[in-house]
Amino acid sequence: MIEKKEIKHIADLAHLGLTEKELESMQKNFSSILDYIEILKKADISSIEKDFSKKGMNNILRKDAQKEISKNERDELIGMFPETKNNYLKTKKIL
Amino acid sequence: MDLLNLTIKKIHQGLVNKEFSDLELTKAYLDKIEKEDKKIHSFLSVYRDRAIAKSKKVDEKISKGEKISLLEGVPVSIKDIILVKGMKCTAGSKILENYIAPYNATCINKLEKEGVIILGKNNLDEFAMGSSTENSGFGPTKNPIDLNRVPGGSSGGSAAAVAANFSVFSLGSDTGGSVRQPASFCGVVGLKPTYGRVSRYGLMAYSSSLDQIGPITKTVEDSRIVFNIIKGKDVLDSTSVDEENTNSFHSDQIKGLVIGVPKEYIVEGVDSEVSSLVEQAIKKYEDMGAKIEEISLPHTKYAIPTYYIISASEASTNLARYDGVKYGFSKGDNLKDLYFKSRGEGFGKEVRRRIMLGTYALSSGYYDAYYLRAQKVRMLIEKDFKKAFKKVDVIMSPTCPTPAFKLGEKTQDPVQMYLSDIFTVSVNLTGLCGISVPCGNMEVNSVKLPVGLQLIGKPFEENKIMDIAEIMEK
Repeated sequence: MIEKKEIKHIADLAHLGLTEKELESMQKNFSSILDYIEILKKADISSIEKDFSKKGMNNILRKDAQKEISKNERDELIGMFPETKNNYLKTKKIL
Repeated sequence: MDLLNLTIKKIHQGLVNKEFSDLELTKAYLDKIEKEDKKIHSFLSVYRDRAIAKSKKVDEKISKGEKISLLEGVPVSIKDIILVKGMKCTAGSKILENYIAPYNATCINKLEKEGVIILGKNNLDEFAMGSSTENSGFGPTKNPIDLNRVPGGSSGGSAAAVAANFSVFSLGSDTGGSVRQPASFCGVVGLKPTYGRVSRYGLMAYSSSLDQIGPITKTVEDSRIVFNIIKGKDVLDSTSVDEENTNSFHSDQIKGLVIGVPKEYIVEGVDSEVSSLVEQAIKKYEDMGAKIEEISLPHTKYAIPTYYIISASEASTNLARYDGVKYGFSKGDNLKDLYFKSRGEGFGKEVRRRIMLGTYALSSGYYDAYYLRAQKVRMLIEKDFKKAFKKVDVIMSPTCPTPAFKLGEKTQDPVQMYLSDIFTVSVNLTGLCGISVPCGNMEVNSVKLPVGLQLIGKPFEENKIMDIAEIMEK
């Protein structure tokens, strides 16, 4: 079974605040899911190893251009900010 | 005339011939929702005034003798993870409880251009993560055929709404079976198009390499009409593709049809009555002259774990945007507190579980063992299908190993819940197209529960598998 402190570490990485009880239930569920996905280790991927690359894939890029939106649209978006100040998004202090 | 059980073409004829007005039609649906959806809970929001105003405009056009399109005035509903400008879009999550869509998804633009009437938004598993709609942050949807049972998921609200005659059709999204499995459970038709065939712009992202929007309809004919409107390349979705494949199938070609039946799909845990109904359905094609060929998809046993690692990994990055800073549920005193509380309290249990699994699979030290390995196994599964499709035109299987299960039956055991997607996930992992069409009913405690037949096609052969599926309806 995966250790509780490891569950806590993953929750921290994922920015999820979990209560003690939630951590315990997560530990239980998580262990059964990990046991289940363990079967993948048995798959023989040797035939894939050599041709596994980004071959045949390419990036599709667009110009990083500014798009004009109407005042209405702007107000709607700003209206969904949890906190605003002078029509700007207000965030918590980061330093 | 029963206004609530008409196909798109019948509605169009009725409107054009003035057998009923669009206002009458739209009101009939809205009234039915108001009266009956309390017990089913397939809608999260209904926009009555907006729908009525739009229907009056359609009637005006008709009375002026103007031409209307086939979909004009057709009352529809949309899974609440696809953005409709001005309507709430919650993704079934408390974290977006009050979020209002600031723009339209591309598929919605296309449908509204044709003049459909959007009645409201359908319930779903939170962020489309689930197979029963029990993971909705706003309470589960019930199966209209048996209220003690789930409608499937994650597009359970969509399938239930169409089955209950609350809307003519709905759009859902399918990441691992989320259109086909609920269609199977509710006795309706669900199409998962080829990856990239329908623009995902305006679909809240769960797993970007697997997600695809598809219609849930009462008939294959309706599915074809909706699909052919929503498909196509979109500059706003760089993974969407321009594809002119219009391969179709005529019933007189059935003598040359080769149907593949994977031997690995005869697995433990498949309900014997489901197997026998699906066998009978395949036999029907054989009796008409099709050839049945046993095929092998040897990596099938890896499909679900591969799917869960890839989808959870992509979800953990896609859902990082819900942080309480810019929109949605927001709670906390300082920055770190804000992230942890907004996400910890805003997301439900299953979403948190998948974010955790994805974070784990992508984290240093585990990336090669889980994520990279899963991507490689995904290629093995793809090779299986490529090989099979050299010999066969279409693959058939049950859509789901069981009929609709009871509410609460699988909520305690996530792995059991995941197994209900065993026949559908491979289609997403390989980017193929698939459709679920009803192929019979099985009686359980004197209730007739529908069973779905899944047809899997080569990339971009949606029209062909729909034609083949349509034979099943006759």
